[in-house]
Formats: sequence, structure tokens, C-alpha cells
Amino acid sequence: MTSKSPAGAGIAAPTVRRRLRGDRRVWIALGVLAAIVLTAVFAPLLAPYDPRAQLDIAHLQSQPPSLAHPLGTDTFSRDVLSRLIYGTRVSLAVALVAVSISITFGTLLGAVAGYVGGAIDAVLMRFVDAAFSIPTLLLLIVVIALWGDISVVSLTLLIAGVGWFTVSRLVRAETLAVRDADYVVAARALGVPGWRILGWHVLPNAIGPAIVSATLAVGNVILLEAGLSYLGIGVRPPTPSWGNIIEEGATRVSDVWWLTLFPGLAILVTVFACNALGDALRDALDPRQLLPAHDDAPFA
Amino acid sequence: MTAPLLEIENLRTWFYTDSGVARSVDGVSLHVDHGETLGVVGESGCGKSVTALSILRLIRAPGRIEAGSAIRFEGKDLLTLAERDIQHVRGNRIAMVFQEPMTALNPVFTVGDQIAEVARIHAGMSRRDAWEKAVEMLRLVGIPAPEQRAHEYPHQLSGGMRQRVVIAMALVMNPALVIADEPTTALDVTIQAQILELLADLTKRFGTSILLITHDLGVVAENCARVIVMYAGQVVEEATTAELFSHPHHPYTEGLLGAMPRVGGNAERLATIPGTVPSPTAWPDGCRFRERCMYAWERCAKEHPPLYQIGAGHVSRCHLAVEPERRSQPHLPVAAQQGVTAA
Amino acid sequence: MTLLSVRDLTKHFPIKRGVFGQVSGQVRAVDGVSFDIAAGETLALVGESGCGKSTTGRVVLRLIEPTSGSVQFDGNDVFALGAGDLRRLRRKMQIVFQDPFSSLNPRMSIGAIVREGLTIHKLAEGAAADARVRELLEEVGLRPEYASRYPHEFSGGQRQRVGIARALSVEPTFIVCDEPVSALDVSVQAQVVNLLQDLQRDRGLAYLFIAHDLSVVEHIANRVAVMYLGHIVELAAVNDLYGTPIMPYTQALLSAVPAPDPGVKRERILLAGDVPSPANPPSGCVFHPRCQHPARDAACAAIVPPLEEKAPGHWAACIKQPPTAASWEAQKAAGGTNSPEFFLPRAALHRSVDSTSAHQSLPA
Repeated sequence: MTSKSPAGAGIAAPTVRRRLRGDRRVWIALGVLAAIVLTAVFAPLLAPYDPRAQLDIAHLQSQPPSLAHPLGTDTFSRDVLSRLIYGTRVSLAVALVAVSISITFGTLLGAVAGYVGGAIDAVLMRFVDAAFSIPTLLLLIVVIALWGDISVVSLTLLIAGVGWFTVSRLVRAETLAVRDADYVVAARALGVPGWRILGWHVLPNAIGPAIVSATLAVGNVILLEAGLSYLGIGVRPPTPSWGNIIEEGATRVSDVWWLTLFPGLAILVTVFACNALGDALRDALDPRQLLPAHDDAPFA
Repeated sequence: MTAPLLEIENLRTWFYTDSGVARSVDGVSLHVDHGETLGVVGESGCGKSVTALSILRLIRAPGRIEAGSAIRFEGKDLLTLAERDIQHVRGNRIAMVFQEPMTALNPVFTVGDQIAEVARIHAGMSRRDAWEKAVEMLRLVGIPAPEQRAHEYPHQLSGGMRQRVVIAMALVMNPALVIADEPTTALDVTIQAQILELLADLTKRFGTSILLITHDLGVVAENCARVIVMYAGQVVEEATTAELFSHPHHPYTEGLLGAMPRVGGNAERLATIPGTVPSPTAWPDGCRFRERCMYAWERCAKEHPPLYQIGAGHVSRCHLAVEPERRSQPHLPVAAQQGVTAA
Repeated sequence: MTLLSVRDLTKHFPIKRGVFGQVSGQVRAVDGVSFDIAAGETLALVGESGCGKSTTGRVVLRLIEPTSGSVQFDGNDVFALGAGDLRRLRRKMQIVFQDPFSSLNPRMSIGAIVREGLTIHKLAEGAAADARVRELLEEVGLRPEYASRYPHEFSGGQRQRVGIARALSVEPTFIVCDEPVSALDVSVQAQVVNLLQDLQRDRGLAYLFIAHDLSVVEHIANRVAVMYLGHIVELAAVNDLYGTPIMPYTQALLSAVPAPDPGVKRERILLAGDVPSPANPPSGCVFHPRCQHPARDAACAAIVPPLEEKAPGHWAACIKQPPTAASWEAQKAAGGTNSPEFFLPRAALHRSVDSTSAHQSLPA
């Protein structure tokens, strides 16, 4: 049976999957991210040294890259390459967990606010509005400063706690649009209960922007964690993270340039890959068509 | 006999997509004479809109007008013109009226500005003169209190008013040809009547030709002297309106006429055309209508029918022209035979 | 046997302005609509955009809460039901939508879409449900194998059929068809209209058929109601409405329909201007500013015409078309200067069309 589409001229509009498959950015980004994830997973196998081992404080302090230590050593004579590899675990874990929590929470909240509307919506959105007015970084700095010695787990939860505002707004907006769609009215006409409409009809169609937001958020959180660690209030040494490796070399960038350059490159590449993937996802989910917008008839 | 105003010869507009090459317009030839209204009728997927866009070279990648196509207007081949020259034609010598007035008008400019812009660009008028002209055009298309209305924005006007504004924009430079692509489909039927009346009146006054694209045979019957029926990217029948309605030749035209419910008609069931339009990425061999045709026979599968001459000014792309006795042997179309059909 | 009874149905939408959303006006989408539908009958509701026909359909099903009025369906007062009873009643009254591209959830397969009703109302489960879904798809003219496909793989006409199958899944007795064929090509329209007629015959369904296309309506309806700015202005059996339309608006509407017959030269009744906004309807008779009835006068702007029976089974809301309960004295008191007289312009007639003659003959 021939398939027709709203794209006009009777051609099937490419599905989201199709568009993603054809987009080169997606493959490159996925490849990069896969490499990074694998590095994190197989860190023990890949790292030549124990990242916390101070190998020879007398002779191997702050050594530039060499054959034995391809990325050099830091002020505590720890191998930078190993620290970088293990740091991948920390940076990635913080980002992935924080984003998962905040996206899930933000999506559910946004969907409920958008679908139910009324007082619940008003209260939630005023709260989000207020939260938006506070700069995230400043808030985090203040809270961590008051907290004192923060564990990685707590840091992750904290980041998650301030990261859900944007996605809740996005999902709420999408939910408002979907709520009035004919197929939702049809579900109500069938007698489908509200919770089921929310779960089966509204959410699956409203999470598009949330997915894009999540992908971009991973990159943002990596940057955030790096920034906090650089300031000394994120992940504390000796646990390695990309940010705190940079922090160690922060005061003498020209001398111990390898402490800044390599983690910096790692962050750059990862964030870039996340953004590329996010952009590709946004384009794929965009309902714009490939053919001229003009249909042959009112509806195909 | 004077040369036609517009002559399209073997137009082929193909789209190079991931799903394959969509031959949306696949060898269309037609002509529009001075001062006449030509109707182009067809359903979705037939290529009529793409044809219209092709005339003004408004086709963008992945679409492309193939070599071997020619569109002659006022003696020049539009397809060979430089970009600057074709811009001189657009809005000036050939104007277009689209289906959706809300998207054809820019929401951030007043309607007066939008009409005036056309005059400024093409006639080089000063701001004041162009504005005067815009008000005059609004009066011409029957908008009451045009001096005030010219200051309004599109969203402040009703659908019918907006379409009048679009028509005003189209007619500002007194073009020789107006391409109207489903100009009234989005409007209520009483407004539709007003707009069609307006178009007919203005074209009579200024001698403008209209290429009226529509899916509504009723609109064609009342407004067009000649009609072209399109199917699957090609012209399948061309005739005067009276001839087409009284003696349709192509089975698709017959099907369309039978499928139309009409006020005053008393059919118990509407005649339908089983099956659907094939995909433009894979036009079938032979006659493209054969799977849905109740007269098709072996020849139709093997040989793609050319446009046969049926009578004066009446052509039809159907082998029944050379084997008319087959018309007395109708059978269930293949599309209906494949068990359960579905539109 | 009357299945549906609607009385004085009203729906006003508040217009909110300002920071705190103060109500600054009302959009009077539906303004006192009454009609009955018998079992197995099709009542068509026609009118142009903004007349309130779609809103009427949805309020009748209580998909939108009414402002006032009552709807009796199958002996139940629809607006008084609690949530549970309403859900049970929903099985009996369903809806088919206009836009085939937004009426199906793009993330659900069409089999899942048709199946949902069965699941919700516990009509079938598991393999029995699958079998039922296949039966329904066949009944609407789709191949059962398509159940696993997604809406974007289908054409407009096919999607419309899926929507119909979904409505049928819960075994309704009444379906609101909200412009079900307006978005389809002519040949596809014909297929779907035929399908709807067949289903009505086979299942004894009643339809409230909402449309703006008068030619399709004449084909499928038993009775027709014409709406304008939230009011029903005329209600009659289909032959009567199309043969002798009483209301000037109906006359104009009919004359505006392009006839696919070049031989017919019909004088068109052209209405001046546009439809007024339902937020600010004219006083008295809502149609009076555009009316071309020769007896139109100041009384029309003052008196709201009641829907009256002008001929057996033929109702109209016009104080100038006799017979009318608005007495001549009352009209004069309201500023009337012209007495009621029956007016039926020739242009409105579609019966006894003779394509060889330029004129049309009045019915005997």
C-alpha cells in the first residue's frame, strides 16, 4: 500500500529515526561520547597508574609529558593521564545522574502543571519564575560554602536540584499545545481516565524538547562541575575530576600547561559532542518538512 | 491567432529526496491565452501546486526544474532568465495568490505597507504615492473605509478581508497573469462566492488572465472557460468547461464528476474512485491511472498513453480514444479487487 | 424514538484581559440552541466558521462544560452525571474529528489506538481484543495487517477511517461527526461519506453531522439545521430546506455553493460584509445587518426572533417570514415599518434545475 504524508506531493515525511540516521553529526557525536563512556567504564584497564598514587614526590613532581607519563605529572607526582581517565568517571557520573534526576523531575512537574492547569500550574510556575531569578552558579557556591565538605553524591543531588527549572517550562509549554490536540479530546471522549491520558497521550508527545534539553544539559553539567571543582568547591582531591586537575595548575598555567590543556581538551570535546547531538536531535524533532511548504490540497 | 500569454512546454519538476526522486510534475504542457481564465483541477499529489510554483521559479532544493522544460511568457522563456530578471516578473507581470491569506501576509506590517511595498519595488514609487496606490487598491477590492483599514495589521482582519488584501497585492502592478492557487479553499462558502465574483469582475475590467488552481469542480464550472485535469504529475484531460462537464473522456474525470456530491443531485451513493494516488517516487508503468480504472485492459499496462485529440480543443490521455469500444466493458478496477480497499 | 434532546444549550467563553485575567467580555459561541435527534437519524448542523457548530457538538458530548441548557441522551441528563456514570455513558456517544492529521496520536500504532476503547471499558482483552481490532479495521475498509503501523504512514482518508474505527470500538449509538470529510479530497470524501452511510445502516447509528459543505450534507442528512452566530436560524427536513429555504441566510448560503454544471446560470445572492464577531453579536436578530429581506426594518434589530414552525416540520427564526408569533403590533412597537411577507428569491432554488434554460421554475 502506498504511503502518503502531509509533506505534499505524496512523499512520506522522513521519520525522526530516519533523519537521525542520515545526519553525520549524530554519528560523530555518538562515536565521541561512546569513546568517553567506554573510557570511564574501563578506567582500571586503561589507566597505567593508580590515579591517587604519589609515585615519586622527589623526582616526578610536575613533570611535562614524556614517554612514561604521556600527559605529565602533577604537583603530587601523580600521573595525569591516569587521573584524567579516572576523572572521566566522576565528571560523567555527576553529569549523567544529575541530568537524569532533574529531567525526570522537571518533565513530570511540567507535564502535570500544563495538563492540570489552574492553581497547581500557577503555583508551580511562579515558583519556577522565582527560581530563575537566582543565578545558579552563585546559589551553588553559597550552598556549598555553607555546607562545608560536600561529597560527590551530595554535589550531584544539589546540581540536579537546581537544574530542573528550564525543562519544566519547556515540557509545560509542549503539554499545553498537546492538551488541545484532537487525539487528546478523542481519548477523553472515549472515557480514558486523566492519568492514562497524561501517560500515554500527552507525555510521549511532549517530551521532545525535554530530550534535546537533556542532551545539552549533560554538556552543561560537565562544565558546571568543572567550574565548581576549579573554584575548589566541587569534587575535592584526591578524587580526580577534570575540573580539579585544572585547578591544580591554575596558578601557573604557563609552567605546568599540561595540567590545564589536557583536561580542558577533554571537556571541550565532550561538551562539543553533547551539543552536536542535541542540535541534531532538535532538528530531527522539528516538524518542518523537506519539500516546499505548499500542499497540493488543503490536506494531503 | 495571437500567441498565448503563457505557454508551458514539457515541464518536469523533480524532487531529489532521501526516499527517492519524486517526479511531482512529469511532463506538463499547457497554455493560457490573453484574458482567459484557465482552471487546473486535481487532487492532492497531482502536481498542480508544484506547477504553479515552477512558473515563477519558486522551487527550492531538493526540488529542481529539469532540463527540457520551457515556460514561455510574453515571448521569453522564464527558465532561462537571470535571477534579477525573473524578480522583475514576479509580482509585476505574473502575480500569485495563495490559499492561506494568513501566512501570505506578514504579521508585523500593516496591510497598507505590504501593498505599497509592491508598488515601491516594481514601479519605483515614492512612499506617499505608493500608499495612495495601496488605498486605491483596497477600495478596488471592496474593502470598506480603505483609508483606515490600510493602517491595520493582518490579524485584525477576517479571512475574507485578508484574501482581498492578497488579491490587491497581486493586482497592484496590473499583471498580465494571476496564478491563484486554491484562493478560496480556506474561506467560507459565502465569502468564497464574494472573492470569486471579485476576481471575475476585476479580470474582466483589466483583461487579466487567471490560472485558477482548485480541487473544486464547482468553482471551475462557474469561473473558467477552459479546464485542465491533472493526475499523477501529468495533464490527463483538457477541454472547454462546457465540453468537459457534458462529455468527459478520461475515466478519472468521469470519476471526479461522479464522486462530487451536488446540491440538487439525488444519488443514493456517491460514485467513488477506489484506491489512492500512487507515490510520485514510483509512478507505475503504462497508464498511471490503470489500477483505479474500470476500463483498463492489457494495453494500459504496457503503453503509457499520449494525449490523444478527442475533438476541437479537447485532448485526453487515455487509450479509450483509439479503442472506444472498451468503454462498454467496464469491470472492477484492480485497486478494488485487492480485497479491502481503503482510501 | 428520540435519542438526543438538546434544550437552550448555551456556551459562552470568557475573554480575559489584563495582568490578572479580568473577564472583559464573552464570546457567545453557542447561544440558546435546541434540537432533537431520533435513533438512526442524521441531523446535519451547517454554518460557516465561527457559527458555533463545532462547539455545539463538543458541548453535547460534554467535552466542553456548558454555560447553561440541558442535554438528555438515552434518558440521562448528561450535564448532571457524575464522573463514573459519564464515563459509562461515553460509550454510547462518540466523536469523529475533522483533521485526520491531528486526530490520531502519532506515537501509537493504529491498532493500539483502536484498542484503547476496548481496554478502558473492559470490552475485550488479549487475543479477543486483537481479533476485535482486526474486525473493526476491516469494517472501515482498512487491511487488518495495518494494525501495527503508525498514523504517519497513512493518507488522510485512511486516517479518517482509523478515527471512525476508534469511535465504533465502544459500540456507540450516536456519533458526532465534526466536519469528517472537509479536509479530504473529493474522491476520498465520497468513500468516507459512503462508509458513514453504510455504518449507519448496518449499526443503526444516529449522527450529528457538522459541516460547512452543503452538497455533502444534502447527501447524507435526514434533517438539516442552519446555524449563524451561535443560533439555529432554520431547521427542516433536507428536501424542504434545499427546496424552499425560508431564511434569507439559508438562501444566501445555498446560492453561494458553486454548482458543478456550467449550464446553470444562477443569480447569486451575495452577502455584504463579513460575519460579525461572536464576542459582539448584533442586537435582535443576529443576521439583520446583512439581511436582504425586502421587509427588513428596525424591528429586526430589536426583537430576537424565536425559532418557529413556519410549515409542518420546517422551523425558522425570522419575524418577517409569516407565520410568526411576533405580532404586527409588537413589531411596530419595536420600530417596525414593514409587515411580514414571504420572500423566496429565485436564486436560492436548486430543485427542478433545467440546464438548458436560464431560469428555474418555482415549485408548485
